[in-house]
Amino acid sequence: MGYLREIGLYIMMLKGVFIKPTKTSVLRNLILKEIDDLIIGSLGIVCFISFFVGGVVAIQTALNMDNPILPKSLIGFASRQSIILEFAPTFISIIMAGKVGSFITSSIGTMRVTEQIDALEVMGINSLNYLVFPKIVAMLFYPFVIAIAMFLGILGGYTAAVLGGFATGDQFIQGLQEDFVPFQLVYAFIKTFIFALLLATIPSYFGYYMKGGALEVGKASTTSFVWTSVFIILSNYLITQLLLS
Amino acid sequence: MIEVKELKKGFGGDELVLKGISTTFEKGKTNLIIGQSGSGKTVFLKCLLGLFRPTEGRILYDGQAYSELSPENQRTLREQMGMVFQGSALFDSMSVEENIMFPLKMFTKQRKAERRERANEVIKRVNLLNANNKLPSEISGGMQKRVAIARAIVNNPKYLFCDEPNSGLDPRTATLIDNLIQEITHEYEITTIINTHDMNSVMEIGEKIVFLQKGHLAWEGSKDTIFRADNDDVTNFVYSSDLFKKVREAVIKDS
Repeated sequence: MGYLREIGLYIMMLKGVFIKPTKTSVLRNLILKEIDDLIIGSLGIVCFISFFVGGVVAIQTALNMDNPILPKSLIGFASRQSIILEFAPTFISIIMAGKVGSFITSSIGTMRVTEQIDALEVMGINSLNYLVFPKIVAMLFYPFVIAIAMFLGILGGYTAAVLGGFATGDQFIQGLQEDFVPFQLVYAFIKTFIFALLLATIPSYFGYYMKGGALEVGKASTTSFVWTSVFIILSNYLITQLLLS
Repeated sequence: MIEVKELKKGFGGDELVLKGISTTFEKGKTNLIIGQSGSGKTVFLKCLLGLFRPTEGRILYDGQAYSELSPENQRTLREQMGMVFQGSALFDSMSVEENIMFPLKMFTKQRKAERRERANEVIKRVNLLNANNKLPSEISGGMQKRVAIARAIVNNPKYLFCDEPNSGLDPRTATLIDNLIQEITHEYEITTIINTHDMNSVMEIGEKIVFLQKGHLAWEGSKDTIFRADNDDVTNFVYSSDLFKKVREAVIKDS
């Protein structure tokens, strides 16, 4: 029953986000601030991780190709498939659940603990719209982050493969172009969009409805990370089953 | 003026937190709600603020019941309310000036220069000097309270609510904050309601005092009559500190 109540409360929260909108001029500034905090602020870590993990994927693929019959272009092919289909959308989203999710939960949770949310409500402001809506809009830019992660992951793979002497540049690029199915890119961005909504709303839920003090803010951040990751993994499974099988 | 009629509030169980409170809070006076922890003060204040919907009874704001108004009129009524929270509840990411301008930004069509001018008027009124560009974390607790008061009155509210406005402050600053609230109440003719359990505040600014005990209104009066209250719960609450026991002895001796 507890879980059902939580799901119900989450749905009610989503409804609350879209009613009684805040003044447009205020909302515009809030959205820009959230884009800066959630999207621009995450680019550094996403670029770093994508480039090096892309490199590792290429090296691992090369080292596990024992059979000399296998073409070297397979390194590029395998890198492309793993980065576009899973690493960039899913793996980066799990990392973002830690970075962006914790930030959202702790910032809203702190506002709850210090009565700042009550202050908004007393002023007649729909606190859910004021706090959560700009985060949802900002996270609509999340697919751009994932596009950058895809590009840098493949670039990392190319760099590692060529510099490590596992394949030539031409072989890697040939692998990248082999059997390319454009729908896989559509699939990757569909799930990225869903993950973006989960990343904005689940941590907001845990921050908004938290009770207690500073210690509970920390606990709420951890719980938020766990549940956001769980829902990303579950929805990843469902979307993959629906779109690719 | 705020009239409370047979207000009852429960949270789903059999037990009511507020068990039928009727009283009146007059305009231009500092009205204090006092009582021990768990007496229902906070729930009462939240009902008055419209954050909790009464289970039964009515609250009339100059004759208008909040729950009976259209959403548009409810919003207008809310804009006429100012609130000073126990922990100030200032927005961390905004400077002092931005915090004070916030209600104007949300509810008026004023330009930034006009908002700044009004903010500076109230900043001057609450004696908050040289702090406009500082963040709330960079100023003292007393200054934070002044910012909270400035933010609460910047929109010229008709009703001002304060939850433990001087908690966590040293006695001198607490008295200054109490006096500031009273001065503002008289100056702007606001209906001010203060939730407190500080007897110093009661004696300083208690023009009307409402004493709650286990969800009932056990006594009401003023700071001049509280020492002679003919109610054991009030007497126990008032004379719980040695200082006020001595005051009582002096009162008895005088009479």
